[in-house]
Amino acid sequence: MIGLQHYLVVSAILFVLGVLGIFLNRKNIIVILMAIELILLSVNINLVAFSAYLGDMVGQVFAMFVLTVAAGEAAIGLAILVIYFRNRGTIAVDDASRMKG
Amino acid sequence: MIQAIVFLPLLAALVAGLGNRAIGNTAAKIVTTGALFASCALSWPVFLEFLGGDAAARVVPVLDWINSGDFRVAWSLRVDALTAVMLVVITSVSALVHLYSWGYMAEDESQPRFFAYLSLFTFAMLMLVTADNLVQMFFGWEGVGLASYLLIGFWYYKPSANAAAIKAFVVNRVGDFGFMLGIFGTFWVFGTVSIPEILEMAPAMAGSTIGFLGTSVDTMTLLCLLLFLGAMGKSAQLGLHTWLPDAMEGPTPVSALIHAATMVTAGVFMVCRLSPMFEASATALTVVTLVGAATALFAATVGTTQTDIKRVIAYSTCSQLGYMFFAAGVGAYGAAMFHLFTHAFFKALLFLGAGSVIHAMHHEQDMRFYGGLRKAIPITFAAMMIGTLAITGVGVLGVFGFAGFYSKDAILEAAYASATEPGRVAFAIGVFAALLTSFYSWRLVFLTFFGAPRWAASEHIQHALHDQGHGHDHGHGSAHPHGADNPAEQEHAGDAPPVDHAGRHDVAQGTGGYHPHESPWTMLLPLALLSVGAIFAGWVFHHSFIEAEHGAEFWRGSLVFDTHLMHEMHEVPLWVKLSATAAMLAGLLIALWAYLWDTSIPGRFTATFRGLYAFLLNKWYFDELYHLLFVRPSFLIGRLFWKGGDEATIDRFGPNGVAALVAGTSRISVRLQSGYLYTYAFVMLIGLAAAATWAIAGR
Repeated sequence: MIGLQHYLVVSAILFVLGVLGIFLNRKNIIVILMAIELILLSVNINLVAFSAYLGDMVGQVFAMFVLTVAAGEAAIGLAILVIYFRNRGTIAVDDASRMKG
Repeated sequence: MIQAIVFLPLLAALVAGLGNRAIGNTAAKIVTTGALFASCALSWPVFLEFLGGDAAARVVPVLDWINSGDFRVAWSLRVDALTAVMLVVITSVSALVHLYSWGYMAEDESQPRFFAYLSLFTFAMLMLVTADNLVQMFFGWEGVGLASYLLIGFWYYKPSANAAAIKAFVVNRVGDFGFMLGIFGTFWVFGTVSIPEILEMAPAMAGSTIGFLGTSVDTMTLLCLLLFLGAMGKSAQLGLHTWLPDAMEGPTPVSALIHAATMVTAGVFMVCRLSPMFEASATALTVVTLVGAATALFAATVGTTQTDIKRVIAYSTCSQLGYMFFAAGVGAYGAAMFHLFTHAFFKALLFLGAGSVIHAMHHEQDMRFYGGLRKAIPITFAAMMIGTLAITGVGVLGVFGFAGFYSKDAILEAAYASATEPGRVAFAIGVFAALLTSFYSWRLVFLTFFGAPRWAASEHIQHALHDQGHGHDHGHGSAHPHGADNPAEQEHAGDAPPVDHAGRHDVAQGTGGYHPHESPWTMLLPLALLSVGAIFAGWVFHHSFIEAEHGAEFWRGSLVFDTHLMHEMHEVPLWVKLSATAAMLAGLLIALWAYLWDTSIPGRFTATFRGLYAFLLNKWYFDELYHLLFVRPSFLIGRLFWKGGDEATIDRFGPNGVAALVAGTSRISVRLQSGYLYTYAFVMLIGLAAAATWAIAGR
C-alpha cells in the first residue's frame, strides 16, 4: 500500500535533486530554471499528498495555483535568459557574475 | 554733560566704524575728530570747576546693569577731581591725535576704520576713568585692551604687527587675570564692588587675614597685590612690560595716544583711585614702590641702547610709568597723578614729534640714518626740543620749569621724604634713572637733529629717491619699485633685529640727494598745542596737584592725599631738591660729549663693555627668558596635546577609527558577494533551513 510516507520521500528526493541542481550545476542557467521547477513540483506533491491524507481540498487548489505561478515564472525566466544570451553571448553560470561587489 | 563727554566718542566710533566705506574718509574723519573736540571742550570746564574748588564729587547714574542677589552693578559715571584730571588728559590728547592722524594717515587705505578704533579707544578709556564700581572699571579696562589690540594690529597684513598685537593681548591677559581675582576677592571680602563703599570699609580691614592657597595671608595685602598685578600688566611694569616696545608696530599716533599718554597710565590711575585700599597694606605699598623703581631703572637702561626712535620713547614711557608707581608706593598719590598729567603732554608731544620725523624721513625709523634734521624740519625740531626739555625736567628751582621738572622733582622729593627704606631705595634709583632719562632723551635729539646727515644709507630713503613722484612705496625688496604700491605699509619698527652696531658711525654720511619735507599743518598744530602743555602744565598746576594746602582742597578725598608727606617734601635738604637737576645736567653732558663732541666714544664704549652693551641692547634678555620659560613649554604642551592627544587618541579612536572599522568590515563582507547565483541561493537556503529549524524545534 502506498501511503503518505512514500509520497513524502519522493517529494524530498525531488527537492534535494532540485537544490543540488542549483548548487552543483556549473554549466547552464537553463538547468537552474529546471531545478527550480523541480523544487516547486516537490512542493506540489507535498501539498497534494497532505490534501488527500487530510481530506481537505484546499491543498489541491493551492497546488493548481502553484502550477500556474510556476508556468509564469518559467516563461519570464526563459525570456530573461533569451535577452541575457543576446547581450552576453553566453549562458554559462560561471560567467554570470556581474553582481560581484 | 558727563554723558556727552563719555558717549560722544562711542557714537562717533559707531558712525565711522559701521559707515566705513559708505560714508568715506572725509566724513569719518570729521565725525570722529569733531566728536572728540566737542568732548574735549566739555571736559575742560569740568576740570576747571574742580580746580576752582567749587565742585563736589558726583555720580551720574546711567543704567542698571547686573542685579543678582547681593551682586549689584550699575552703569554710572563718577566725576570727582581724579576723574576730571583724567578726562582732560584723555580728551585733549585724543582730540589732538585725531587731528594729527589727518596728516599722518592721509595715504592709508582704511582711514574710517582707523578713526573708528581711535574713538572707540577713547570711549573705553573714558568709561574706565569714570567707573563707579570695579566691574565697570574692568569693562573699560578690557575695552582699552581690545582697542589697543586692534590698533597695534591695524596693518594686519604685516606679520610683525599681528605678532605684536597678539603679544600685547596675551601679556595683558596675565595682568587682567590678577585684576579679576582682585575684583572677585574684593567682592568676597566686602560684599560689594562699588568703589566708594569699598574704600570706606578698607581701612577697617587692615590687619585681618584670609585663607588663600592653603595659607593665611593679610586680606588687604592679597587684594592689593592682585589688583596691582592688573595695573602692572596694563602699565607695562617690569615683568609684564614686554608688550609695550613691540606695540610700536602700530601707527605712531596710536603709540602717542594709547602707549604713552593714556592707556598705559590706567594702572597708575587705578592704584590712585583705590589708594585707601593700598594704604591699608604696607606690604603692598612696598611692592608697588620696588616694582616701580625697578621698572624705572630697567627701562631707562634699555632706552640708552635702542636705535629705533619709537622704541627709545617707548622705553622712556615704561620708565616714567615706573616713576609714577613708586610715587604712589611711597604714598604721594598726588605726585603720581601730577606726573601722569604732565607726562601725557610731553610724551604725546615726543611721540607725535617722532611721527613727524618719521614722516619727513620717508618712514625710516632708525636713528642711525637720521642726523642734521634740524634745518630741514625746524618746527618739528622745536617741538621735540620742548618735549625733551620737559621730560628731562629742565627748570630752575623756584623760578620756572618745564612740565617734567615739577612732577619728577615732586616724586623724588616724596620718595626721599617718605623716610622708609623702600622710599630711599626708590629715591636713589630715581635719581640715577633721571640721569639715564636725560642721556637717552638728548641722545635721541642729537642723533636725529644734529651732526651730519646720514640719510644716504637708509633703504627707505633709497626707495623714496627711486620712486620720485610715486607716492609712498614700501615694498621690502628693492626689486619692485612699482610693485607693492601700498601706502599703508609704512612702519617697520623692529623688523630688523638689533644687530651689533658698535660701528654706528661707519654708516655712509650724506643726504643722498634727499630733501626731507616738513609735515602738513594738521600734524604741526597738535605739536604746537602739546608744546604749550609740555611747557606750562607743571608750572600752572603744581599748586593744585601737590602743594599741601591746595592739594587737599583740590583732590577732596578722591585719592589719599597725605598733607604731612607733602609738607615733608618741602623740608627735604637742598641737595635732594637739586639732585634731579644735577642728574639731568650730567646726562645732558654725557650725551653732548658722546654724540656731538667726540662721536667715536659710543663705538669705543660698546667695544669695551661688550657684555653690558649686549645685555642692554637685548633688553635684559627678558624676551628670550620668557621664550624659554613660557613660550617654548606652551608650544611643547600644545604639540603634545596636538600629536598625542588629538591625533593619536581622539582622531585615532574617534572619527578615523570608526571610518577604518567600516572600511575593514566592508572589505571582508565584499568577499561574500561572489556574484554567482548559486551562492546567493545557497545562503538563502541555509537561512531558510535555519529559520525552519528554529520554528519547528526551537520552541
